[in-house]
Amino acid sequence: MSAVVHMAPRREGAPSWLAPFLMLLPAMLLILGVVLVPLAMTALLSFHSFSSSSGISTDMSLANWAEIVADPYYMEMFLRTFRISGVVTLACCLIGAPEAYIIHRMQAPWKGIFLVITLGPLLISVVARTLGWALLFGGRNGVVNKALMDLGILSEPIPFMFTEGGVMVALTHVMMPFMVLSVWAVLQRLDPRSENAAASLGASQFTILSRIVLPQVLPGILSGAIIVFALSASSFATPAIVGGRRLKVAATLAYDEFLNTLNWPLGAAVAVLLLIAIAAIVIGCNALVEKRYSRMFQ
Amino acid sequence: MSRNGPLALIFHVLVMVFMLAPILIVCVVAFTPEGYLSLPTNGLSLRWFRAIANYPEFISAFGDSLWLAALSSVIAVGISVPAALVVARHHFPGRNILCALILSPLMIPHVVLGVAFLRFFTQIGVSGTKISLILAHVVIVLPFAFRLTLSTTTGLDRSLEQAAISLGASGATLFRRVTLPLILPGVVSGLVLAFINSFDEVTMTVFIAAPGATTLPVRMFLYIQDNIDPLVTSISAALIALTVIVMAVIEKLFGLERLLAGEGGGRS
Repeated sequence: MSAVVHMAPRREGAPSWLAPFLMLLPAMLLILGVVLVPLAMTALLSFHSFSSSSGISTDMSLANWAEIVADPYYMEMFLRTFRISGVVTLACCLIGAPEAYIIHRMQAPWKGIFLVITLGPLLISVVARTLGWALLFGGRNGVVNKALMDLGILSEPIPFMFTEGGVMVALTHVMMPFMVLSVWAVLQRLDPRSENAAASLGASQFTILSRIVLPQVLPGILSGAIIVFALSASSFATPAIVGGRRLKVAATLAYDEFLNTLNWPLGAAVAVLLLIAIAAIVIGCNALVEKRYSRMFQ
Repeated sequence: MSRNGPLALIFHVLVMVFMLAPILIVCVVAFTPEGYLSLPTNGLSLRWFRAIANYPEFISAFGDSLWLAALSSVIAVGISVPAALVVARHHFPGRNILCALILSPLMIPHVVLGVAFLRFFTQIGVSGTKISLILAHVVIVLPFAFRLTLSTTTGLDRSLEQAAISLGASGATLFRRVTLPLILPGVVSGLVLAFINSFDEVTMTVFIAAPGATTLPVRMFLYIQDNIDPLVTSISAALIALTVIVMAVIEKLFGLERLLAGEGGGRS
């Protein structure tokens, strides 16, 4: 890094570290002031107590935390959150990874077109995308339900709104692009000659997929799975629209505590617990993946 | 190279139907001539698109969303460019921690940021103002701006800058005529990704939005919570149409997949 010394324009009296420090300052102030301080305040808030008559008091206790851990009502919401995220992650792996591979094997115009169709929804507002699912399956007037009932195939609409299954389907749609994107990045580095070599040595299509392609694509699937899981567990708009007020997940619970019940300390505890739970799972999975792959490539 | 077999193609068609159906249905139902949600089987009508004009709160929220996205993405890029130049050029203790901190809003769930911002802005007394919306959005789009800018500053060919300095270029000229043009691809794609992420954000914004300072996705979300009708469908359809146009422009300029690589990579 001796080039740095020659490059730095010499100004009289100004120490060499001053300019870089000033260039970093806005970013550091923003992160410190508007991310770290608010997060610390929220963690602190979760230890305060709340009553509907006197509001938030500034005492410190573990009451909110004890309530969340002890009350099965809250535990059920956390379990539901992680159940939904687990199923969505699995669905994205099973659908997104093969789909990325299929698109990868296509020829020039189709490859680009289908990749844009798959990734494009990422840019469309999640509210509009979730609305689409409500239009398709929302009660008796849902387009698919109505068509199936008019044809006499169904007598009752498919239960979708306010069900866990409905949230899972809509959320899988929202998360799919992240999985395809993650697998796609790995597929770009795949050497087609290794597949050709296996085929010329008489390997069947199944053997090529399971012994050549899958092991190389697996890191992409795993990192996609971690992204999808973390985003699903904290997703808000989709469970709020499809699940409604009856089917709450951790994120919608925090919202209700903050903006309807006004019990901010409890809402803060829910949010902090969600953050800790997601961070623990993501860091744990990352460590597992890294351990496994470092052994593999040594 | 072998082709996709018939099973793979059937699977592919099903996935495409899955990905497109909810988006297309919004666009189709928006043209209904009826007063309720239905397929436009008795001819197409623009009545629900015209009805948007009777709801000025949606139009003003759209305008506010555009301003907010433009302002916050420009500020985020303005903060990111100097930071990314320093991180690319200097090795100093805490460099990795600094990068992790700048990228941290990507790792923290937006619902947690929403809660934290609401508490923070209420405590310092700017809750419900446009200032608080701008600050919050700069924070959430900063990682996109920083990461894409950093991807070009790290690969920067330093000999061009050294040549400019040896020819007597001053600091400002050096940046404007040499450095900026070299890192421009990263800066522009960071700006685009930051803009889109600000414009589409709903989870964090719904916590800190107030009647006087809100965004279009938040208004749509709150409206849908109460009732789903053709009005919100036509607004969504208009938004989808707009996004498709933006997408076509992005695809022409950068390639959608390359830009979106900044969206997924390392986001966890």
